[in-house]
Amino acid sequence: MGSYVLRRVLQMIPVFFGSTLLIFLMVYSLPGDPIVALFGDKAADPAQVAALRQKYYLDQPIWKQYLHYMGNLFQGDFGTSFTGRPVSEIMADAFPVTIRLALMAFVFELVVGLTLGVLSGLRRGSVVDTVVLVLTLVVISIPVFVLAYIAQTIFATNLGWVTPTVQDSTDLSQLILPAIVLGSLSLAFVARLTRTSIGENLRADYIRTATAKGLPRRTIITRHLLRNSLIPVVTFLGTDLGALMGGAIVTEGIFNVQGIGNVLYRAINQKEGPTVVGIVTVLVIVYLVASLLVDLLYAVLDPRIRYA
Amino acid sequence: MPEATRVRWVLAAATSVALVASGCGSSGGGGSSSSDASKTFSYQSSEPQNPLQPANANEAGGGRIIQNLFKGLVDYDPSNATLRMQVADSIDTSDSQTFNVTLKSNWTFHDGTPVKSSNFVNAWNWAATTTNNQINSSWFSDIQGYKDVHPDSGAPTATTMSGLTVTDDTHFTIKLTTKVSYFEYKLGYIAFSPLPDSFYNDPAAAGQNPIGNGPYQFVSWAHNSQVVTKSYPNYQGVDKPKNGGVVFKMYTTAEAAYADLQSNNLDVMDQVPPSALATYKNDLGDRAIDSPQGAIQNIGFPLYQPDWAGPEKAKVRQGLSMAIDRATITKTVLQGSRAPASAWVAEGVEGYKQGNCGNFCNFDPAQAKQLITEGGGVPGNKLTITYNADGGHKEWVDAVCNSIRQNTGVDCVGDPKVDFKTARAAITGHTVTGAFRTGWVQDYPLNANFLADVYRTGAASNDFGYSSPEFDKLATQADQADSIQASATGYQQAEAVLQQDMPAIPLWYYRTNSGYSTNVQNVVFDSFGNPAWTQVEVKG
Repeated sequence: MGSYVLRRVLQMIPVFFGSTLLIFLMVYSLPGDPIVALFGDKAADPAQVAALRQKYYLDQPIWKQYLHYMGNLFQGDFGTSFTGRPVSEIMADAFPVTIRLALMAFVFELVVGLTLGVLSGLRRGSVVDTVVLVLTLVVISIPVFVLAYIAQTIFATNLGWVTPTVQDSTDLSQLILPAIVLGSLSLAFVARLTRTSIGENLRADYIRTATAKGLPRRTIITRHLLRNSLIPVVTFLGTDLGALMGGAIVTEGIFNVQGIGNVLYRAINQKEGPTVVGIVTVLVIVYLVASLLVDLLYAVLDPRIRYA
Repeated sequence: MPEATRVRWVLAAATSVALVASGCGSSGGGGSSSSDASKTFSYQSSEPQNPLQPANANEAGGGRIIQNLFKGLVDYDPSNATLRMQVADSIDTSDSQTFNVTLKSNWTFHDGTPVKSSNFVNAWNWAATTTNNQINSSWFSDIQGYKDVHPDSGAPTATTMSGLTVTDDTHFTIKLTTKVSYFEYKLGYIAFSPLPDSFYNDPAAAGQNPIGNGPYQFVSWAHNSQVVTKSYPNYQGVDKPKNGGVVFKMYTTAEAAYADLQSNNLDVMDQVPPSALATYKNDLGDRAIDSPQGAIQNIGFPLYQPDWAGPEKAKVRQGLSMAIDRATITKTVLQGSRAPASAWVAEGVEGYKQGNCGNFCNFDPAQAKQLITEGGGVPGNKLTITYNADGGHKEWVDAVCNSIRQNTGVDCVGDPKVDFKTARAAITGHTVTGAFRTGWVQDYPLNANFLADVYRTGAASNDFGYSSPEFDKLATQADQADSIQASATGYQQAEAVLQQDMPAIPLWYYRTNSGYSTNVQNVVFDSFGNPAWTQVEVKG
């Protein structure tokens, strides 16, 4: 187990370099000149443009820029944005907000999604099952931003339960609505995955054996049925945590949450290389760690999958 | 008449001292009984692109904050866009080239230090020097010695401009390389703000924690979230705050801001989102705002392309202009958010002359067809209009094309570029072959700004490659006029030259479509699309 974890951690190194290089190249190949864009509508002054290029190291060839960036990175310097703030500081402000938002969405989809999935999986064909199927289908077919606007209109404008946008991004209670919206799509997937998985396993031999032994129904479901049925769900949930962090861009925009999505969106618009690369690198690491956790959880759920 | 001038400004200085002596106690007040001058209001904003240094902000996010933290020699009266004195007691010139500035002596920075001549001169020198990387550095290019601190390439050879001379704490002179009769108008731009002596210790830190001399002082900047300011009790300007401060709340989308405005979580915003244009007057009732802005939308032509270079093609451009039904498009497609243009200068600007485009801005399909035929037709009988797809321009470009197609038989299509940067790169790189969307937002509310900076030969924003000796001559004459009014009239004559050549077709003027919450009152917008910040009253 230990060597497996070590191997997985070592694998992250090339992924880290590869992804930063790719993002670097992508930002570089975006159309338009970020320095000229700083001048907005007005004509850019060539002498000042040249000076600014030099300041931001943009007058060098791309490979030099990458080496320069990586060199600084290993000294713990993520570079500075055009606003003159260190990127590490920007990320330190924004990531906690998005992580909180993503975790709340995650908990919501986990609890509600699993509950609905188990309920409908155990009672296939019942009214509950049909309702869950219809509801999840509706959620899956509506884009997140539509859902967000609907939620905003109903709960803020019409009912007045919450403010239309988040007034204080560090206040957990204000993040509930955006989190629910953010988690709703995955919730539908979790519910349907769980339902199918449970439905299949209900007919499995070991469940029949357990029932024949006269075990109580509760024990059968929690100890035997759920444990096996959760494997595909856990796979989904693991990668979903990363997706939630990235997918927060739309939700954060609509609810004006000052998280990573907002910062990333602006940085891409302004072609702020260091900010984009820094944020995406951290997101890549989040994905890697999440998938590592999934693999480890497999082993916990099913000893047969455990690596030697 | 240098003697006469000197007498005038000595007199002015004396009066100001008297005024200050007698008027000290009568500050504040003016609001209705139901307003509370200690309460702050919130305003829609976006995270500044650059550090908060006056010469480093040319976008709305940073610009509007700096505008409130700093105050220069002059500013523009929000109600009628005319120039008014702020830190300057007077700015005198006898030849439109050397300007003698007299400061009021009682202004202070928010750290308590007095605002002196050197605070202006040092700030401008610092901002103009290439190595300090200020985006607005070219604003100082009129001043003598600019090329020493800001050479076209290479390192600066000096750190100060020879045209700026400090006489004493309240007097300094500005000498320009050529006559610019309206230079005073430029001085209202935020780049000309003074900087406190402490700024130079650490300009980067000062950009995060600015100390200004404006109506509001900086309190805090929660990045991406909000900038908090409070009114500065010792502010000496003519526009004393009637509120306790402005909280700039950052929004990513106008939709989010509008939702907050409707539920009173935001007090004043810039511009309602396009999706709310049709309904905002109903939503907000008498809290809706619809006022003119000093900005214009044009369609420009690449006169440097052989297809468009011939003098007879001016007729084609005039014809195309007459084929556009501005009234209908502004009313329907743009939902009243624009007003049809009848000149190249926006309405509400000093020197604006209605109808200076002549008949060519009137919708007349018959005349349009005739002119296009006389001019030899549009090259290939097909017109493209290049625009940036990220700015909400598609709808009106399509409508303009429809108008041209239906009324003249010229095929017309929009040519979207991914975003503003890409479109600008194509336009400034002279790779555009057809027409392109262009526009101008005033730097200062004077017609010269809409003309000299755009249509003069070789002007930095002359995207058209337009060059007219007659226009240049009239503009130079206007620059040398001995008063701003004479200069404005001179520029009206220069503007009339554009009728003959039609380098760009004026389409419409921007309008501010905004509104405010039930918490505030007395919200009036100026021609920059900004509210008169200090005049906003917060209900008690």
